[in-house]
Amino acid sequence: MKLLSTKATCNSHGQDSSYFLGWQEYEKNPYDQVMNPEGIIQMGLAENQLSFDLLESWLDKNPDVGGFKSAGKSIFRELALFQDYHGLPAFKNALVDFMAEIRGNTVTFDPDHIVLTAGSTSANETLIFCLAEQGDAFLIPTPYYPAFDRDLKWRTGVEIVPIPCNSSNNFQITESALQQACEEAKKRNLRVKGVLVTNPSNPLGTTLSRDELNLLIDFINEKNIHLISDEIYSGTVFSSPYFISVMEILKQRNYHKDSHPDVWDRVHVVYSLSKDLGLPGFRVGAIYSENDTVTAAATKMSSFGLISSQTQYLLSALLGDKKFTKKYISKNKKRLKRRQSLLVSGLQKAGINCLQSNAGLFCWVDMRHLLQTDTFEAEMELWKKIVYEVRLNISPGSSFHCSEPGWFRVCFANLSQDTLNLAIKRLRSFVAESFPAAAHHHQSRESSKTRSLSKWVFGLSSRVREQEER
Amino acid sequence: MAIEIEQPCVELSNVAVSETHGEDSPYFAGWKAYDENPYDELTNPSGVIQMGLAENQVSFDMVEKYLEQHPEASTWGKGAPGWFRENALFQDYHGLKSFRTAMASFMQQIRGGRAKFDPDRVVLTAGATAANELLTFILANPGDALLVPTPYYPGFDRDLCWRTGVKIIPIHCDSSNNFQITPKALEAAYQQAVSTYTKVRAVLITNPSNPLGATIQRSVLEDILEFVTRKNIHLVSDEIYSGSAFSADEFVSVAEILEARDYKDAERVHIVYSLSKDLGLPGFRVGTIYSYNDRVVTTARRMSSFTLISSQTQHLLATMLSDEEFTENYIKTNRERLRKRYEMIIDGLTSSGIECLKGNAGLFCWMNLSPLLEKPTREGELELWNPILHEVRLNISPGSSCHCSEPGWFRVCFANMSEQTLEVALDRIRNFMHERASVNRSLFSNR
Repeated sequence: MKLLSTKATCNSHGQDSSYFLGWQEYEKNPYDQVMNPEGIIQMGLAENQLSFDLLESWLDKNPDVGGFKSAGKSIFRELALFQDYHGLPAFKNALVDFMAEIRGNTVTFDPDHIVLTAGSTSANETLIFCLAEQGDAFLIPTPYYPAFDRDLKWRTGVEIVPIPCNSSNNFQITESALQQACEEAKKRNLRVKGVLVTNPSNPLGTTLSRDELNLLIDFINEKNIHLISDEIYSGTVFSSPYFISVMEILKQRNYHKDSHPDVWDRVHVVYSLSKDLGLPGFRVGAIYSENDTVTAAATKMSSFGLISSQTQYLLSALLGDKKFTKKYISKNKKRLKRRQSLLVSGLQKAGINCLQSNAGLFCWVDMRHLLQTDTFEAEMELWKKIVYEVRLNISPGSSFHCSEPGWFRVCFANLSQDTLNLAIKRLRSFVAESFPAAAHHHQSRESSKTRSLSKWVFGLSSRVREQEER
Repeated sequence: MAIEIEQPCVELSNVAVSETHGEDSPYFAGWKAYDENPYDELTNPSGVIQMGLAENQVSFDMVEKYLEQHPEASTWGKGAPGWFRENALFQDYHGLKSFRTAMASFMQQIRGGRAKFDPDRVVLTAGATAANELLTFILANPGDALLVPTPYYPGFDRDLCWRTGVKIIPIHCDSSNNFQITPKALEAAYQQAVSTYTKVRAVLITNPSNPLGATIQRSVLEDILEFVTRKNIHLVSDEIYSGSAFSADEFVSVAEILEARDYKDAERVHIVYSLSKDLGLPGFRVGTIYSYNDRVVTTARRMSSFTLISSQTQHLLATMLSDEEFTENYIKTNRERLRKRYEMIIDGLTSSGIECLKGNAGLFCWMNLSPLLEKPTREGELELWNPILHEVRLNISPGSSCHCSEPGWFRVCFANMSEQTLEVALDRIRNFMHERASVNRSLFSNR
């Protein structure tokens, strides 16, 4: 019998999850202002479409770059032949400068410690290949980006164990949650090799606090394990508290270098231009690590996913233009902030709150009060109504492995302002019609009524979850 | 006084610390010697000439001319609505339809229209390196084996085995029949797997062959197809050099045979292709898997998320490869130029008393230096390679790095340099052979 491998036949590619099913519905009936104004509005795609005009105008002013010319000379041949997995030096230099600039130059990156990969999808998988294998696990705080189930587990055979976070403290990572994760790993007979965090968080849209970062460093030191910090959204932080990279914390803790000299060997950063620059099609990702063994292995592995030299060259010129990058970073943030405010205030008028956020291309929206029952089943029912009746493709929290039903991720940067306003309008009508009480009930997290409701609701939901067994 | 505390070494994975990336083999040691002392016509005329790099540099002018005449391929047009936005956002793992269509049509043209390719069966990957690894992940589990005829491209040890945990079992070929694959050799490799309780999942061939520089004959392909069907395993045909066959008629693709049979049993066959050799664009990372198996296509597409081709590059190539006037002329001219280079190197080597395997494709020839070996062993081969690398200063690839079972063969590339440089290399070889001959003569006369 001609078999395919276990990898080919398993479901770890994750394409059957609701995250992808919503997209399929959108594909069947996509909104278009002119052609299909009743169609489904896509709010499940974390793309940054707000700042293309800045890129386009730069391209207009620099036509030679696309044409393989440097200082009037053709460099086509050199680029066409360039497949060195160490990457185009000019591009690496420009990239590390850009990464430093995003971090307000509080940290600098050494281009010799950067590994280029075809997108952060490839970067994350490559790092896991380097740090772990079958029988091992990485701990990831929930809620997390659904595709991690594919990216980190599928071909590597490594497992993910959740660090359960909840709304009682705005989904922050706690020591007890970390311990809980360790215990679960032990029960499942898995060796914990590290922790992976996304900072700023997808789907929360928040940056990790200094306390959380210090807690994580203490934790990985205690367990002698790795920390991967996926900082793909680092350039989307639009308000305070500002972005603190794990690299900054390590720099600060240099003071403790004598007792933990090897911590630099266990902390790795992932980056990409897909979100900050809105260039997911160009496949530009990177791993940054001070661990020479990791960068050596990852560099060789990058052979399986190199960035097109044509693209490296274009971006070396774009990111090498410091006047441009400064202007871009600043304008991009302002536009993201405005969009987020638009969505947040629009939802508030419908009696819907969002987790307070300062980054990302989405809001983490609280619709718990709109659930029939405090269950994931009810979340699915609400989601289906929103997709089919309200005609908005938003992402249900369960697809992010959220431990509490009722939360949804809603993207705001992949559509025009008009479309966003329409989406808000549709949602407001829906809430007004289906939940007249909720529309007038302005919930505040400070109200004791809500606090006691949360506790009761939380207690109910965990009982129901055990029955459901996701 | 410093207090030294022993730090536990934090573990990396076995994959990370293994040697399976293969970078410590002689194949790479030669490159290091070149890197340290590279030949340059003007600035370093006595440096090491790189003849270990299978690159195609003979046809750039045609691509450059096309790009100059068609700037829309490398730009996105001016003004709004620009095509830039759409292209920059495009990360669909199905790939640009226009590019897949152009790729299918290009593959068809290379095979003289004797095989048709369906754009919906084209899966895009960042290079053939990624395509081969991906197929291995899909067709085999860790511990399983692929059968690969020797000599083979050294990179396969990494591409097929490193992260996949899959083994390569060699199908031994030798000069007694010009290194052709025989049913006996296929069966012997299969039995070797059986004897070690290893499951064989596929046969992987490169056609035209690297390093032999020769196409696989139709009858041999038919034997291989019969074998894989009988054993109920897959066949992967890496046809990365298909456009580099010196004459259009000499290359027979497994695709043609399948089409002639109405695609009977085709779901076990998968073709790998890339633009790195035929178009000389290894930097752009353009590979593809063409499979007749729907499940493989679907799975490969999903897995290609880890190795997508830049949409900027897809756009460029979609424009260029859908221009049939360009592609027809390119394919024809490229073949002719490669044939001329091949004839030049063969003439040069023959006049130095060196024989090569009769080749008809690729960017290299398979040179026989076994008469020069002190000992007919791998060590003897490396002992001969050393002076060639360090004294004659030519980086050629020893057959042992390609897992050749017969010592004394070397792969010599001819398309990655100018004609002048090739002349210099041939001169050096001529001198080397003359010196050897006179040393032998004096030894002989002293006996």
